[in-house]
Amino acid sequence: MNEYKTIAEREEEIIDDFSLFDSWEEKYEYIIDLGKKLTPLDDQYKKEENIIKGCQSTVWLVSEFKDGKVFYKADSDAVIVKGLVSMLIKVLSGHEPDKILNAKLDFIKDIGMMTHLAQTRSNGLLSMVKQIKNYALAYKSADAV
Amino acid sequence: MESTTTISPTFDVNTIRELFPVLDREVKNQLLVYLDNAATSQKPQVVIDALSHYYSNYNANIHRGIHTLAEEATAAYEATRNSVKEFINASSSEEIIFTRGTTEGINLVAYTWGRKNIHAGDEIIISTMEHHSNIVPWQILCEEKNAILKVIPINDDGELLMDEYQKLLSPKTKFVSIVHASNALGTINPVKEIIDAAHEVGALVLVDGAQSSVHLDIDVQEMDCDFFAFSGHKVYGPTGTGALYGKKKILEEMPVFMGGGEMIKEVAFTKTTYADLPYKYEAGTPNIADTIALKVALDFMNEIGKKLIRNHENDLLKYATEQMKSVPGLRIIGNAKNKVSLVSFVIKNIHPQDIGVLLDNQGIAVRTGHHCTQPLMERFGIPGTVRASFAMYNTKEEVDRLIRGLHKAIKMLT
Repeated sequence: MNEYKTIAEREEEIIDDFSLFDSWEEKYEYIIDLGKKLTPLDDQYKKEENIIKGCQSTVWLVSEFKDGKVFYKADSDAVIVKGLVSMLIKVLSGHEPDKILNAKLDFIKDIGMMTHLAQTRSNGLLSMVKQIKNYALAYKSADAV
Repeated sequence: MESTTTISPTFDVNTIRELFPVLDREVKNQLLVYLDNAATSQKPQVVIDALSHYYSNYNANIHRGIHTLAEEATAAYEATRNSVKEFINASSSEEIIFTRGTTEGINLVAYTWGRKNIHAGDEIIISTMEHHSNIVPWQILCEEKNAILKVIPINDDGELLMDEYQKLLSPKTKFVSIVHASNALGTINPVKEIIDAAHEVGALVLVDGAQSSVHLDIDVQEMDCDFFAFSGHKVYGPTGTGALYGKKKILEEMPVFMGGGEMIKEVAFTKTTYADLPYKYEAGTPNIADTIALKVALDFMNEIGKKLIRNHENDLLKYATEQMKSVPGLRIIGNAKNKVSLVSFVIKNIHPQDIGVLLDNQGIAVRTGHHCTQPLMERFGIPGTVRASFAMYNTKEEVDRLIRGLHKAIKMLT
């Protein structure tokens, strides 16, 4: 793992990257590229229970709780969605449940990807955020017991 | 209100485009290309005006008021019933029941005729290419009654296997519910043949006309279907409108659907008697404004001429199908000989959703996904398709933009 950066710092990095782009093409090429580079999820994790409901494409999300922090891995059969989920993981993976739960994720708006957050049924970014936070909440509750 | 559309006797798409205000808008800094007409069509100004005119001039509850506004609203509302009757050539306006759309029409039949007449062991036939709204109501009914749902298979071009259909028919068959034109493939089914064969074994037939009603001439008497359901919003009318046609004798014998005002003759706590057709199936204050505007939409289509519209749309279908050959990896899903004007396709190694997102960024609206036909997608072994569906106002230039948009999207994704 790279050096520890806060959620806000990681969001800022993505915003900085996007500030270089003038056109929608460049933004999407960047997201597509992230999607292609995201390590594919091992087939053993690609099962029904890991599928995020509410997405037009299939999105698998798995998580692991280690040393008080939540780590995520994901995959999708659609590359733009994969790029979006890759950004979410980059920002949120490796933090304490509380920090994940409190993340406002303003960067999505700042980089002009709010349409993906609004179109819950077709793109499911909102479902992804919800599921990521659900895992964090589950680990937090389990940890408190 | 007078319709002031002036349309030349020959079909001029540019004149027609001027009648649809939304077509002027820009999406992502480009002129909108709207190719999601199978989901819902855009509305001409006359339809939009009719809504505002109703609310501005004669908004009133219908059928019982004795004041002038109520009389005007009732007359306009009932005028739509007559227009619908003519639109599908029913023999009487009593056979036209207003609904919120095709889905409600199908559910009405499943819940009323179905509950009364379907018993354990009876069989209901649908097809592989049905929309979920022509699957689920029958599944619910079959589960409740221990009846059996049978499915007509299709070939790789997306056409019904009529021999297999014949084999499914038996004296156990009580009902056949079939889509006239497939929303996901475009296939036009041989409904007349299907209906005649079903009648021979004594089964009734419902035709799902959600897609066909905007493209084809509908004649329920010639078709001899027992029920026909369609949606107003797909024929250039407002959302939340639609009609269910049923043969008078069958409608008279069916039990009521929802209880409430409008659908009763007399109510006492010991016994309620129901209104005559068609009101017996129309409980509560209906969707008055939108239904009134539906007449304007139907008049609008008739004025331009369904045949001219169809010729134009078929030209677009042919042109788009031809142009798509230039797109690398593109495979059309649904190659039936008879199709309404829509093209469903997949592109090798690319998810339909990725195509949809990148087309949207180029101002082009298409539908991506399973189109509420998951069993059909499973039949083809695909998660979904991209669907471009054409209406009277689409142009070859828009098809060209779609093709260029596809080339660009593919380039970005590979």
